[in-house]
Amino acid sequence: MKALALLALAALAAVPLYGIGNYPLHLVIMCLLWAYVYTSWSIMGRLGMVSFGHGAFLGIGAYAVVMLWNHFGVSPWLGALAGVLASVAVALVIGFPCFRFKIVGHYFALVTLALSEVTRLIIVALRDQTGGSLGATPNTALAQGNTWSFAALQFSDKTVWFYIILAFWLAALWVWVRVDRSMTRLALEAISQEEDAAASIGINVTKSKLFVTLISAVMMSLGGVLYAQYQTYINPETVSGIGVSLQMVFGVIAGGMFVMLGPTVGAVFTLLLAEGLRLALGDAFKQFPALDLAIYGLMLVLFIIYMPKGILGAALEAWGGRGTRPASAPR
Amino acid sequence: MLALTDVCAGYGSFQALFGISLEVKAGESVAVIGPNGAGKTTLLRAISKLIELTAGEVTMEGRSLRRVAPHEVIARGISQVPENRRLFPRLTVEENLKMGAFLPAARNQFAQRREFVYALFPRMGERRAQLAGTLSGGEQQMCAIGRALMSGPKLLLLDEPSAGLAPVIVQSIMQMVKRICAEGYTVLIVEQNIRQVLKVVDRAYLLETGRIKSSGSSAELLASDEIRKAYLGI
Amino acid sequence: MEIFDVFLLEAVLNGILLGGLLALLSLGLNLIFGVIDVVWICYAEMIMIGMYAVYALHVQQHWPLVAAMAGGIAIVALLGALMHQFVIRPVLAAEPINQLLVTGGMLFFLQAAATLAFGIEFKNLGVRMAPIAYGEMSFSAPRLIAFAVAVAGVAATYVFLTRTYVGTAIRAISQDRQIMPLMGVNPDRIFTITSALGGALAGLGGCLLVLQYDIHPAIGLSFGPITFLICVLGGLGNMLGGLVAAFIFAQFISVGGFFFHIEWGYVIAFVFFIAVMFWRPQGILGGKQR
Repeated sequence: MKALALLALAALAAVPLYGIGNYPLHLVIMCLLWAYVYTSWSIMGRLGMVSFGHGAFLGIGAYAVVMLWNHFGVSPWLGALAGVLASVAVALVIGFPCFRFKIVGHYFALVTLALSEVTRLIIVALRDQTGGSLGATPNTALAQGNTWSFAALQFSDKTVWFYIILAFWLAALWVWVRVDRSMTRLALEAISQEEDAAASIGINVTKSKLFVTLISAVMMSLGGVLYAQYQTYINPETVSGIGVSLQMVFGVIAGGMFVMLGPTVGAVFTLLLAEGLRLALGDAFKQFPALDLAIYGLMLVLFIIYMPKGILGAALEAWGGRGTRPASAPR
Repeated sequence: MLALTDVCAGYGSFQALFGISLEVKAGESVAVIGPNGAGKTTLLRAISKLIELTAGEVTMEGRSLRRVAPHEVIARGISQVPENRRLFPRLTVEENLKMGAFLPAARNQFAQRREFVYALFPRMGERRAQLAGTLSGGEQQMCAIGRALMSGPKLLLLDEPSAGLAPVIVQSIMQMVKRICAEGYTVLIVEQNIRQVLKVVDRAYLLETGRIKSSGSSAELLASDEIRKAYLGI
Repeated sequence: MEIFDVFLLEAVLNGILLGGLLALLSLGLNLIFGVIDVVWICYAEMIMIGMYAVYALHVQQHWPLVAAMAGGIAIVALLGALMHQFVIRPVLAAEPINQLLVTGGMLFFLQAAATLAFGIEFKNLGVRMAPIAYGEMSFSAPRLIAFAVAVAGVAATYVFLTRTYVGTAIRAISQDRQIMPLMGVNPDRIFTITSALGGALAGLGGCLLVLQYDIHPAIGLSFGPITFLICVLGGLGNMLGGLVAAFIFAQFISVGGFFFHIEWGYVIAFVFFIAVMFWRPQGILGGKQR
C-alpha cells in the first residue's frame, strides 16, 4: 500500500516533465492549491467545527501580502507573516468567545459566515488601498526577462509554482495526519459527542478547539498568500466572502470530510466539473453564465441528502474500508 | 369499544410488548397496572400510533387502526393524556385547550367544551391566561386532562396521571378521574399507583414485563394475594 | 445647541426605518429556526428571488405593481414550501450541519438560477417617488412605505400566530414536537405551512427592498449576513429578540454610515455583535443554548 502511494506521489511530482502544456499544468496547480485550501479547512471541519468563514483567513493572507508589497514594499515573506498574525488574531477574537461559551452548530456557522462577509466588506470599503471590487495585482518584480525573484516570491515559470504548491499540499496532508493521531483529535471527538462529559474528565475544551482553529487559520492564510502570488490577481469575491467559504465546505463534503484525501478529491472534482462544463458547453457557456454554480448547488444538495460521506468516503465504505466517521447519537 | 388482539410492539430491536390482548367496553373504566418498565406507556403509545405495532391488531369500535396515521387517531375518538403531562409550557392554559380542540370538528364546539372543562376544573378557569409551564404539578395534570377532553373523545387514555405528584394531589386527581368516568367517558388508565387507581376503575389488567399476567374486577384484584404481596406490601 | 445636528437626527430616523425592514427580514428566519430548528442559509437568496419575481411580473409582464408584489410573495411562499418538502425534509433527522449545507447548496443554486434567468446586470423596478421632506430632513418615500408595510407584516404575523389554530399549532410544535399527533396535528404539514409562511415573509421583504434598491443575483450577500447576525444577536429563534436586535443593528448601520463610509457602518455593527457575543453568547434575549 505504501509503495503504491509513493509511486503515485513520484508520478505526480513528475507532472511538469510530461510536457502537458501550460494550461493543463495550470489546472493541476489549481487542483493542488485548492486541495491544500480544502484540507486546511477540513482539519477544523471534521472535528465538528464547521466554519463558513474561512474566506476571511484566505482573504487576509492574500491581501496582506499584496497590499504590504504594493504600498510599502514589504517583502512577501514578511507580508505572509503579517497575514498569519492577523489571521491568528481574528481567529482568537472570534474563536475564544465561541468556544468558551459553547457557541456551536448553527450559531457558530452563522457567526463565521458573518466574519467572512465582514472581511470582504472591509476589503471593499478600503477601496482606495485595495482597489475594492476591481481587485488588485502585486507589483511585478520581474523585469526584462527575469523569470523568478525569490525575495519577491514571484516566479513566472509554472514549474516552480508546481513544486511549491505540491510541497504545501503534502505538508497539509501531514498536518492532517498529525492532528488525526494526536490527543487533541481524540479529545475533540469526545467533545463533539458529549461536551460536558469531556470537560468533566479534564479535557480543556476551549484550548483544544482554539488550537485546531489556529492551525487551520494559519494554513488558510498561507493559502491566500500562495494564491495571490501565483495568480497575481486577487479580488474580494474570489478570496473572501461567503462564496469561497461555501465552496470550501462543498468541496470537502463532496470529497469526504473524514478521510485524509477527501478534500483533495473534492478539489479535483469541483475543478473538473467547472472545466468539464466549459468544454462541454463551449461557446454556449458564455450564454449560460453561472451554470457551474447552479450545478454545484444542486450537487451539494444531492450529496448531502444521498451521499453525506462524500465521494471518497462512500467509496471507502463500499470497499469495506476502516471506519470513517465517529459514531454519533441518533437525533 | 377498544380491543387489542395479540399486540406486539417495541423500539427498534427491543421488544416491549408480547402478545397483549385486552378490551375496554363502552362506558367502562379500565386500568392497566404493573411495575416500572412493564410496558404500560408503550401500550398507550401503540394505541395512539405513536409507535408501530410489529404484530397484532388494535380496533376501535370494530374498525382497525392499522392504516391510521398517528395524527388521525384522535379523529377516531381516542384522546391521550401523555405521561408527564406534556403541556406546551409557553402557551397559556387556554391555548393548550385550544390545541386539544385542533380537530376541525372540535373547533365548532370549542366554547362549550371549554366551559365544561372549566366547570370540571375551576382552578383552570381562574388561571386560563397563565403560561402552562408555571402551573403546579397538580394543576398541570388538570390542564392536560382538560386538553384531552377538548376533542370530545369517546375513549380517554391516561398515562400514569399520578407520576411525580404528591400523594394528596394524587388523591384529588383520582377523584377527578372518577368524576370523568361518572360523566360517561370510557377511560383506560395505566398506573403504577395500584392502590389509588383500583379505587377508581371498574376492572384492571396486570401487566408484567410486556405480558398480561392477570385481570379482573377491582375488588377481585385488591383481594388477590398476588397483588397484595407483590405490590401492596401486605 | 451645537450637539444637535438635524442630519444626525435624520440618520437616526432612517435607522428606525431601516430597523423596521430588518425586523421583518429577521422574523422569517427566526420563525423557521424556532419552529423547525433549521437555518435557511439561503434566506437572503429567497428574498432576492422575490425581488426578481416582482421585477419579472411588473416590468416584463406589465402587471400592476401591487399585483406583481402579491405574485412575488406567493412565489417565494411556494418556494419555501417546496424547499422544505424536497430539500429539508430528507435531512431533518440528520446532523444540523447537513441542514446548513443543504440550504447552502440552495444558496448557490438560487444565485445561479437568477443569473441564468436575468443576467448579471443590475435591474431596477423603475419606480420613482419623490422624497418626503420634513423640515431640513428628507426621507425616501419607498423607505417610509417599506417601514409601514414591514410593521404591518410583523403585526399580521403576530395575529396569525396567536389567534388562529394553525398559528397556535406552529407555536406549539416548537415547544413539543412529539405529542403533536395526539392533538390531531400532522407535524409535516405544519412544517410545510411554516416554511410557506417564512417564504412569504421573505417575499414581502423582497417587495419592500425592490422599491429601494437595484437587483443583482449576488444582492443576497448584502443583507444576508446582517440578517443572520441580527437573529443571532437577538437569540436565534426568538422572534421578539430579533425585532429588538434589528432596531439596534439598524442604528449602528445608519449612524455609523453617517459618520463614516457606509461599509464601515456594517463593520461597526459587526464589532458590536462580537462584543455582545463575549458578554451574552446566546443573544440578548436568547434562552437556553441549542
